[in-house]
Amino acid sequence: MAKNFFDKIRPTFSKGGKLAWLHSSFDAFETFFFVPNRVTRKGCTHVKDCIDLKRLLIIVVIALVPSLLFGIWNLGYQHSRVFGLDWGFWQMVWYGFVKIIPLYLVSYIVGLGIEFASAQMKGHEVSEGYLVSGFIIPLIVPVDVPWWMLALAVAFAVIIGKEVFGGTGMNIWNPALLARAFLFFSYPSKMSGDAIWVGGLSKALAGGTPWKGGEVVDAISGATPLSHASLDGLSAAGTSAWNLFLGNVPGAVGETSVIAILIGALLLMSTGVASWKIMCSSVLGALFVGWLGNIGGVTDIPCWEMLLMGGFAFGTVFMATDPVTSAQTETGKWIYGFLIGALCITVRLFNPGYPEGMMLAILLMNTFAPLIDHYVVNANIQRRLKRAKTV
Amino acid sequence: MSNPIRLKKGLNLPIAGAALCEVTARVAPDLVAVKPTDFRGLVPRLLVKEGDSVKAGTPLFADKKYTTMVFCSPVSGTVDAVIRGEKRKLLEVRIKSDGKNESVKVDIPKVSTLDKKGMTELLLQCGLWPCIKQRPFGTIADPEAEPKAIFISGMNTAPLGADYEFTLKNDVEAIQAGIDALNRLTSGGVHLSMNAQSFAGSEFHKLTNVTFHEFAGPHPAGNVGVQINHISPINKGEVVWTVSLPLVAVIGRFIREGVYDTRRIIAVAGPAAVNPSYVEVMAGVGMKQLAPYFSDGDIRVISGNVLTGETVGREGFLGFYDDLVSVLKEGDYYEMFGWIKPLRSKKFSVSFAYPAFLRRKKYNMDTNENGGERPFLMNDVYGKMLPMDIYPLYLFKACLAGDLDKMEQLGIYEVIEEDVALCEYVCPSKIEIQNIIRQGIDLMMKEM
Repeated sequence: MAKNFFDKIRPTFSKGGKLAWLHSSFDAFETFFFVPNRVTRKGCTHVKDCIDLKRLLIIVVIALVPSLLFGIWNLGYQHSRVFGLDWGFWQMVWYGFVKIIPLYLVSYIVGLGIEFASAQMKGHEVSEGYLVSGFIIPLIVPVDVPWWMLALAVAFAVIIGKEVFGGTGMNIWNPALLARAFLFFSYPSKMSGDAIWVGGLSKALAGGTPWKGGEVVDAISGATPLSHASLDGLSAAGTSAWNLFLGNVPGAVGETSVIAILIGALLLMSTGVASWKIMCSSVLGALFVGWLGNIGGVTDIPCWEMLLMGGFAFGTVFMATDPVTSAQTETGKWIYGFLIGALCITVRLFNPGYPEGMMLAILLMNTFAPLIDHYVVNANIQRRLKRAKTV
Repeated sequence: MSNPIRLKKGLNLPIAGAALCEVTARVAPDLVAVKPTDFRGLVPRLLVKEGDSVKAGTPLFADKKYTTMVFCSPVSGTVDAVIRGEKRKLLEVRIKSDGKNESVKVDIPKVSTLDKKGMTELLLQCGLWPCIKQRPFGTIADPEAEPKAIFISGMNTAPLGADYEFTLKNDVEAIQAGIDALNRLTSGGVHLSMNAQSFAGSEFHKLTNVTFHEFAGPHPAGNVGVQINHISPINKGEVVWTVSLPLVAVIGRFIREGVYDTRRIIAVAGPAAVNPSYVEVMAGVGMKQLAPYFSDGDIRVISGNVLTGETVGREGFLGFYDDLVSVLKEGDYYEMFGWIKPLRSKKFSVSFAYPAFLRRKKYNMDTNENGGERPFLMNDVYGKMLPMDIYPLYLFKACLAGDLDKMEQLGIYEVIEEDVALCEYVCPSKIEIQNIIRQGIDLMMKEM
């Protein structure tokens, strides 16, 4: 049935049709429903693997789903905790759901809108890259972020971060992180502090709305365990390693639950969609610097607890491994991942004013990934030259 | 005997329709064609006209630059048609066989008395010189070059590829003669790479005057380019020559008998092949004569393997270097939600994004692209398909940018299209990698 529908409207969008200028958009929708009938061309392999980018990217989206689901529940849970509400499970989920849906709408409408328009202008097919970026962005921004701000951040990330470089595959920085960085540097008052990570809290504070319970201070200090824990240890922040692992702590929607992220990581590694080398080396780098800081007396936190805190796990699994912006060579991936982990923890240890180092660590290493690759590839070139000389 | 060189990277394509080890027909030539387009960079000068009568071994056209290099008719008969394309480019010279199979007889001097020049002239004048290809770039060997060595691949790992142990089992003596002849052309020796698994029991074990190498691993381990890369990689300024094993046998037959005899046993195989098996044919055989092996319907007939071969169609002709006809179903259909299905039991993917435990042994592959073209995104898939010390993605990008220095530094001399064909097969962005390398090589040849 759907086939007939597309067949019927195809002439309108094909060359010479009334809506031919919308061909890219038509193509995007049609290929969503149907793998196209295109056959291999002259001078190419006659058969092709049945993998395509849609498949690879949908795997990433599926890997993100556990984090999203947990995040939705956690939104409600944190809200009810801080405001002293006696909510059941479904009430919490409903609260989180209502909170997150507008963020997704904004993210996809703005992001995909720009992607479609730009593909349309270039006459290309619409690339699927934004499906993943758009899924990640609501998971890493504060849930109370004003929608217009988010829209602005998404537009910035897609236009300045991606399209000006030539679109998906050509970008230097991870678009999702770029959106977060844009918010962080443009609206610092909305992006830092303790209150922003619990749904409804910043509004309540601003409006002076009273809330129940005498644990206000506790609740707020618990809002970002990271900033307090960075120097003093988890118990001072009123949480435990187990809670961090489980994820029932305040934070960005997707990044709190290490266990949900690990499920995603398993999927990504077993399907080979994301590089296990980057994930492993990032963890190694974090452990190494965390250990140095621990024995050097900079912090009391054991290095392994560092892995559970803040955005480290989420960044390592879903953003450091972005195939476009990470190092492209296999050796380079080890170096790139290690430095991300190491930098993230270094920022945490030495900059208490900005406790979350993962975003900047990844963006910085995105910038330097081509440099790492340059040296790895150069080593190959040198090998070749040396071989030529010895003969 | 050296230790086997074990290659891990690559892929044996699980494509259905492998040829049974049985010669099911000996096709007497009817209409055959010699195609100048089989030879990279060749500018031909036609030597015959329609209606001329020719014998097997009569020159049909010559190289414009190197005029003594001729290309001969594989059969006796009359020139049926000269097919030209755009700008009068010579595409095919078709010969109608008279069934008599008369040959131009050449007196062969004793091979051991010939020096390089003598052997070169002999092979040039009989039309067998084009059997010898040159690396870098995969052109016909330059007769004046000094090759570092001559490499022959004795293992065919290409998908559905003809099994040399079967097709050439009666040609061991001819191959020996061919190797002796090739030895006159180089001081670097003739190197023959064999499959490590079957080498001990192989007929080719008996060959002499040749340095054996053993390789183990999936395709492209049988590609001579990959083997050279592990035996003695090509550096800037160096030239090596390569000959395929069936053509060594053709050279050997010429040396022994003095006639241009391009008989060969080819495989007709593939998911759309009926009764896939081996057939004895002449070079340039018309596909019409192989029609009983093709199924009905919309199929693609390919001279060569499914990764690198050329579409010739039901009316086309076998390529000069090919010993395989692959037959595939055309894949111009829509597949609803293909990419989102959890399982896709009829399609093969090397990626674990489709569950691997459900993989079957063989797949009826077709020519569907299975997706739309996108920019380079997944950067780690290519390296897994190229068992060489080369960073493929960087080489592709250098070719795209037309950066000659970078192409040279990154190893363009060491690869030709067939070596990167698997990279193209697995590419999730459906990028035409062989065309990229082809354009890169063409650019290099133009600038050098």
